[in-house]
Amino acid sequence: MRRLIRDGAIVEDDWLPADESARAEDGRICTLEQWQELDSKHGSAVQVEPGEGVTALLPHLDAIALVAINFPVFSDGRGFSYARELRERGYQGELRAVGDIIRDQMTYLRRVGFDAFQPEDQSSLEAALQSLADFSEFYQASIDQPLPLFRRRR
Amino acid sequence: MLRIAIPYGMLSSRQARRLARISRDYDKGYAHVSTRQNLQMNWPRLEEVPDILAELAGVEMHAIQTSGNCIRNTTTDQFAGVAPDELEDPRPWCELIRQWSTLHPEFAYLPRKFKIAVCGSTTDRAAIHTHDIGVELVANDAGELGFKVLAGGGMGRTPVIGAVIREWLDKKHLLTYLEAILRVYNQHGRRDNKFKARIKILVKAMGVDAFREAVEREWQALVDGPTTLTEEEIARSRGFFSTPDYEAFDGEAAEARLAEAGTANPIFGNWLKRNTRGHKIPGYRSVTVSLKATGFAPGDVTAEQLELVADLADEYSFGEMRTTHEQNLVLADVAMDRLLDLWHELQGAGLATPNIGYLTDMICCPGGDFCSLANAKSIPVAEAIQGRFDDLDYVYDLGELDVNISGCMNACGHHHIGHIGILGVDKKGQEFYQVSLGGSQSKDASIGKILGPSFKREDMPDIMERILSTYVTLREEEETFLDTYRRVGIEPFKERVYAAAD
Repeated sequence: MRRLIRDGAIVEDDWLPADESARAEDGRICTLEQWQELDSKHGSAVQVEPGEGVTALLPHLDAIALVAINFPVFSDGRGFSYARELRERGYQGELRAVGDIIRDQMTYLRRVGFDAFQPEDQSSLEAALQSLADFSEFYQASIDQPLPLFRRRR
Repeated sequence: MLRIAIPYGMLSSRQARRLARISRDYDKGYAHVSTRQNLQMNWPRLEEVPDILAELAGVEMHAIQTSGNCIRNTTTDQFAGVAPDELEDPRPWCELIRQWSTLHPEFAYLPRKFKIAVCGSTTDRAAIHTHDIGVELVANDAGELGFKVLAGGGMGRTPVIGAVIREWLDKKHLLTYLEAILRVYNQHGRRDNKFKARIKILVKAMGVDAFREAVEREWQALVDGPTTLTEEEIARSRGFFSTPDYEAFDGEAAEARLAEAGTANPIFGNWLKRNTRGHKIPGYRSVTVSLKATGFAPGDVTAEQLELVADLADEYSFGEMRTTHEQNLVLADVAMDRLLDLWHELQGAGLATPNIGYLTDMICCPGGDFCSLANAKSIPVAEAIQGRFDDLDYVYDLGELDVNISGCMNACGHHHIGHIGILGVDKKGQEFYQVSLGGSQSKDASIGKILGPSFKREDMPDIMERILSTYVTLREEEETFLDTYRRVGIEPFKERVYAAAD
């Protein structure tokens, strides 16, 4: 079974990965297209690809249990904006970064609102977990710290 | 290559000495000033880079965001804070942008690199029209200073002059507005083709009005939010750029003494005229230390020169120096009465070439000698041209002239905005050079027009001579090269250059 980092610990994945060729089924993350077909979004899990945006999800944020945002290549940073937007709009469920995410990105991913991380390269989970604590302070506001440093200086 | 960030070009003498030491201990004893006001070292050993970074950290320096598809070093006027034509010191705003953009979690993996420049004076010395975002301090109808915001300027293979997307922005909104622009760009900029990934392509594709609307929409979610600047924070940032302890001089008397010294020693007088400029404070001048001596790669500085300039900064300019996007160094605050002494010291180190703003003060990228992206060498072309135009009187007669050389389409030498731009191209494995005329990096910014088929490297000095003699023949009184070009157009140049080549 695949593993991931969730809430600061390495855990087994309780979802099956998104698969456009598989039928939508309980316990499997939907592609956006599959998810849009669902009659009820309650407790649903959906994976967003770069370019798809999160607009379709916005009316259902209270119902969705998991949003996975895929990074097919680490250099495609659209997912950072998607995550920030979902959290800003009030999404409270699991927000998972999946795909070609690399250790250098852990802090950034956490800051924009991801609370779960599932790198394709499963061998580096421990290192990735450590890197969540690489930096201790930041200048600018983001989801994890909504006030910029200049509003927190005493 | 290791590129070291020099925020808006400001460098303390202590930092400069450390850079000199690093270049000596870990590299070949010299460094290169880049057109982003950063410093590059070309030969560090990969395994020693951690040690170099530790050395840099010891003087509060780093190499963060000097490469990659992120927000790069914010650049500005090298005469910020001292220029007589300044509306307001742009550096506090650059510093606020630096802090906001450093390790910004949402904008570290943009479609492409992203460059911001700030201008705070009547004359633009920061090339804001050819930046991804250009920010200019301007007054509104009520006379209140705020920001004009341009977006979508750029060079590279598709040169574009930035479009005004906001005529006036209250200063406190600077960061939220920049954030809104970046949000639009990060989500909608092209990622399928590296050559179409800069924001200029997005602005063109959407159209300026649609782009502006998209930014406004994003901005509505941010405006007056926590990232809105507070009075205290703006004051704190200004506090980093406090006025040095200037001596009180009788400005007119100091000018008179200086003029006298210049007459008594014409070589000094000439340097004074070419390499120093006016200062806000009576009795002071700003000095440009030329890194454009003939026979040396433009923008290169040796460890010894850097150490000397650091000493001179301590002795003559409050311990501070600056790098310029034209690849020179600046000592910004020198008392007029001490210029003669300073000049003697600079001259002894080959740092007083009196050519600032003239033909031989060329902007030039490292090119094929050092850069793996280059199609052609650029430094030897610069040297050959400098060598050909060794008659300073002729160079002065040509007047103000920006010559910019890039070794490839990436345009690190800013060839599109040179009055004369030279671009190295590869034709079946051979180096050729394409010439463009009529670019400008000032407030009347323009992109140069290609003259015609490209030239062999060895012909470049001849070609330059033909272009310039055409100008000399056609110019009317007091006309600069750019004035003449704009009046007569490219045809007369084309005719004469290619007629002679046949």
